[in-house]
This record gives sequence, C-alpha cells and structure tokens, in this order.
Amino acid sequence: MDVFLQQLVNGLTIGMIYALIALGYTMVYGIAQLINFAHGEVFMVGAYFGLFAYSILTPLLSSPGSATLGVFLVFLFAMTLSALLGVVIERFAYRPLRHAPRLAPLITAIGVSFLLQNIIMLVFGPSDKSFPSLIESVTYTAGSVTFTNLQILIAASSVLLMISLHVFIRHSRTGKAMRALADDRDAANLVGVNTNRIISVTFLIGSALAGAGGVMFGMYYNTINFHDGYLAGLKAFTAAVLGGIGNIPGAMIGGLLIGVLEGLGAGYLSSEWKNVFAFFILILILLFRPSGLLGARVVKKV
Amino acid sequence: MPKKNTFLFEWKKYALPAVLILAAFLFPLINRNAYHIDVMVTAGLFIILALGLNVIVGFAGILHLGYAAPFAVGAYTYALLNIHWHVPFWPGLVLSALAATGFGMLFAIPALRLGGDYLAIVTLGAGEIVRIALNNLDEITGGPNGLLGIDHPDLFFAGTEFGVKSGPYYFLVLSLILVLIFLLRRVEASPLGRAWVAMREDELAASCMGINLMSAKLSAFGLGSFIAGIAGCIFAAKQGTVSPDSFDFVISVMVLAMVVLGGLGNISGVILGALALSLLPEFLRGFDAYRMLLFGAAMIAMMLLRPQGILGEKRHREEYAGAARGEKA
Repeated sequence: MDVFLQQLVNGLTIGMIYALIALGYTMVYGIAQLINFAHGEVFMVGAYFGLFAYSILTPLLSSPGSATLGVFLVFLFAMTLSALLGVVIERFAYRPLRHAPRLAPLITAIGVSFLLQNIIMLVFGPSDKSFPSLIESVTYTAGSVTFTNLQILIAASSVLLMISLHVFIRHSRTGKAMRALADDRDAANLVGVNTNRIISVTFLIGSALAGAGGVMFGMYYNTINFHDGYLAGLKAFTAAVLGGIGNIPGAMIGGLLIGVLEGLGAGYLSSEWKNVFAFFILILILLFRPSGLLGARVVKKV
Repeated sequence: MPKKNTFLFEWKKYALPAVLILAAFLFPLINRNAYHIDVMVTAGLFIILALGLNVIVGFAGILHLGYAAPFAVGAYTYALLNIHWHVPFWPGLVLSALAATGFGMLFAIPALRLGGDYLAIVTLGAGEIVRIALNNLDEITGGPNGLLGIDHPDLFFAGTEFGVKSGPYYFLVLSLILVLIFLLRRVEASPLGRAWVAMREDELAASCMGINLMSAKLSAFGLGSFIAGIAGCIFAAKQGTVSPDSFDFVISVMVLAMVVLGGLGNISGVILGALALSLLPEFLRGFDAYRMLLFGAAMIAMMLLRPQGILGEKRHREEYAGAARGEKA
C-alpha cells in the first residue's frame, strides 16, 4: 500500500506534465485534423528556454524576496517563446500544406523535429544539461507518503493552467470560434470565423502549455537533454489518444492516467518495463473503446 | 486496327528502366570505392523497406508508425536461428520473412476495429513494445548489446561466403529490389491491389462492393511485413550483429518519410524517395555538425515544394490538383 500511494503521487506529478503536452496535441488535432509530431520538440525547446531565462534571472531568483517573481518570470518567458515557436512552425511548415494529402504535414513535422533537435544540440551541446529546481526544496510527509513542495507547485500550476484553458474555450469569443471550427469548418467559415487566425491561436496556446510543461519537467528531473522531447511527446500523444483525440478533458485524464500507470509500472514491475506497461494498457483500452475514453463515437452516415 | 509500331512503342517504354537497371548493375564495377558501395547497400535496404511499407501505407492507406518492428523480428529471427541452430542464410531468409509476416499480421487485429489515427498510435505503441522487449529480454536477445557472431550469407551452391565486403551484398540487394518491383507491380494490378485502393479511398463503399476488409487489411500487413522481414534478415547477415538501437522509432519514421516524400502508392516514386533520404545525409557530410539540421530543413523544403511527393500516385495527383482548385475531395 505504501508503494502504491507513493507511486500514485509521483505518477500524478509527471502525469500533470504529460497532460499539459497532450492538450497541445489534442487541440491541434481537434481543429486542424493534424498530428503535430513536432509538439514534443516544442516541449523540449521550452525547457531550454526556461534554462536560458534562469541564466538571465539568477540574481532575481537567488534573493529570497523576489524568488517567487523570478519563478513566475521564468515560466512566462519560456511559455511566450514556445508559443511564438509554435505559431512560426504552423505558419511555415503546416499552413502551406493545408490542402495537401493528409500525410504531407506529418513529414514536415518530422523535418521540424530534426531541425529543432539539432539547433538545440548545436547551441547547448549534446550532453545532459543540469536544470535548477528554481525553488528551495521542502519535503512533507503524510502517513507513509512523502512529497515535495515542487510536486505541489507542478500540480497546482498545471491545474490552474487547465482551468484557465477550460474557461477560455468555454466562455471567450475566440474559444467559441475554436469550438465552431472543430465542429464544422465550412459552417464556421460561413459565419465569419477566420480559419488561419484561429489555428494560429490554437498553436499559440498549445505551445505555451508545452513550454510550461518543459520548465516543470526540468525542475522535476533536474536534467534536460535535446532528446527528451521524443519520449515525452510520444507519451503525451498516447495520452491524448487514450482520452479521445480532439477532446480536451480527455487529454487531461489521459495524461494523468499515463503518468499513474507509468509510476505504478515502475513501482511494481521494473523501471525498464514501465513504458511497455503504458503502451500495453493503451492498446487494450483502444481495443475496447476504439475512440478513446472520452472520444465521441462517430456514427458513420452513408 | 493493325498493330503498328508496337516495337517502337514498347522500346520507348522500356528504354529508361533498362538503362537504369544496367547502370545499377555496372555501378560497383565502375566505382570501386568500397565506402560508396556500402552506402548504396544501405540505401538498397531502405528501398526494400520503403517498398514494403508502401504496400501498407501507399496501397492500403493504413498509417503504420511501427514498421521497424517487423524489420526487427526478421533480423532477430535470422540471428537467433543462425546462432543457436546454425541455420544457413537462404532458409533463414525464408523463415525470418515468414516470422515477420506472422508478427506483422498481429498488428492487423486492432486494425479491424480501429480506424485512422487511432490505429496509427497502436502501431506506434506496438513498435515501441517490441524495441523495449528486445532491450530487456537479456537472456534471449542479449539486451542492449544485442547478438553477435551471425554468419554472413553463402551462395546457393559454391559455399563461398559473402564476408564483410559490400560488393556481393550490393548485387543481392539489387536483384531482390528488381524481383520486388516486378512482383509489386503485378500485385498492384491484381484484384487484391485494387481492393486495397478501394479500401483506401472509402472503406465503407469498398465493403459494400463486396471487398472483405478483414482479409484485405490482413494481406496488406502480411505482405508489407514479409518484405520488412527480408530486409531484416539481410541486414542481420550483413552486419553480423543486431542490437535494439537499429530498430527504434526513428527507423519507422524515416521509412515512412521515404514513402510519403517519394509519392504514396507510386513504386518508382517510393524508390526515389528512399534513395533521396538515404543518400542526402552522405552528400551533406561536408557540413559536419550542421548535417542533420540541413537534413531536416531539406525534408521540409522537399515536402513544401511537392506536397504530393516526388512522383505522386496518379489518383492522388488528380485529387490534389482538384483540392488546389478548391474542389472537395
């Protein structure tokens, strides 16, 4: 039981990060019917943006009075630059191919991945970079479970970001336009929704969330590498599909589930097999619910 | 109407392929640079893989993101058979291709229930499971170090070993590619090939026309994986070692990129795509550290310039032209 609860807490923490990345996949898929395979790299680059911001803001972060502001600024910086990166990727690699065969943007996405990985490798070097925790670590114990203030920070800020996203999509004008576009592109265009603008906004939001996830990932594991985007992106994409791709609450649940499964797999089986465990459960769930946990069941009309 | 100028017509049709095949056979005799020949053997293996994946993605229209898995099964089957039971290359080639076929058809089971991108993620997940399993089943697969001491092929009768020189492999791979091209062209035009195209364009309509989707999907996965198994066996025999690194997601993605970039469903296009993507890094060698960066940029540029691939399939070409004019597909 102790192992179970402990791994649950650890799994939920990393699951929050997966969920943040998965949101980007699922939003883009819902609106543009596009698997943005470069999204994992945006997450990875976001972590490096965070590292860069840290190197500038070190004096701010080291004085106790302004440390909170410093952490906030690191996040803001990483999220802003990641958001811009996402918009640029969409503009140059996906938009010209909007009417091309469905697999064409998949290949440019792979090209973008190579490009981003190698740029980061050339700028920061191929070896692991140590990433600071940014905050003074405090460990709490509740019963047999220990957790840190960092885990609380990750969980709290992820939940905050997800709630803001939910409110934005439900209640803002742009959010309404996004839902309209996801529902029926032609009808949305007829009532004056600007497809290009909304797709840009989608990439903007999704990439900002991935950037935030990248900084959290760095803070949590204390080391980042230009390869990290691949596996994290893969798992986040799995999470998005698990929840039902295109479905925003689905991505959140899927992310948490993948994180928890991975945590439990690492706790009970072995850390080498934890990834197998996550993929295996995914395949099983999809066999019984072919459009994911919360995905709409599409009835084929003839 | 009397047949006139049949010879001339046929001559024009076959001239270019004949010249290309002749040039391909003469290449290692003229260019004796061992490194160049070795690069061409690797490119040839990628051509075989791309031809196989093209059956699944190009003909049948099923997005497969774990194609490295049947490739790995082929390679490991030959490696294990050869190391433990000293099975020679030629029977090993058949057995590993069959093992890969059986394994690849397992991928088709979820395909019967799942559609589109959900299926893609299942193939991706299954491919990852295979790689991780190879990495962790230390007693059988040797774990991350892989298996060593696999025999090189020998000729049918002479018993002469291929050894480490690339020359013989070049002719082996080239001959196999030619056989595959011939067979795949026949399959493409067969009822099965046309069933695949029908299924690709509209699954529901195809099944209403009496196409058995299950057997069409199974055969697409089966044939595609069979070809991957052949490539895997030759790869293992040539290297003399196999390790899980050679079968990661990047391989699946690269082969997919070759198929899409060359032109989904078009055999000549797929070969061009495979050649382009496997030789491009060699041409970029001079740029050193910037090599893979330029490779990524080139991939984007090529796709933006030719969204339908270098040589698109005829139907796709027309569809794309229609979409560009604003018609709905």
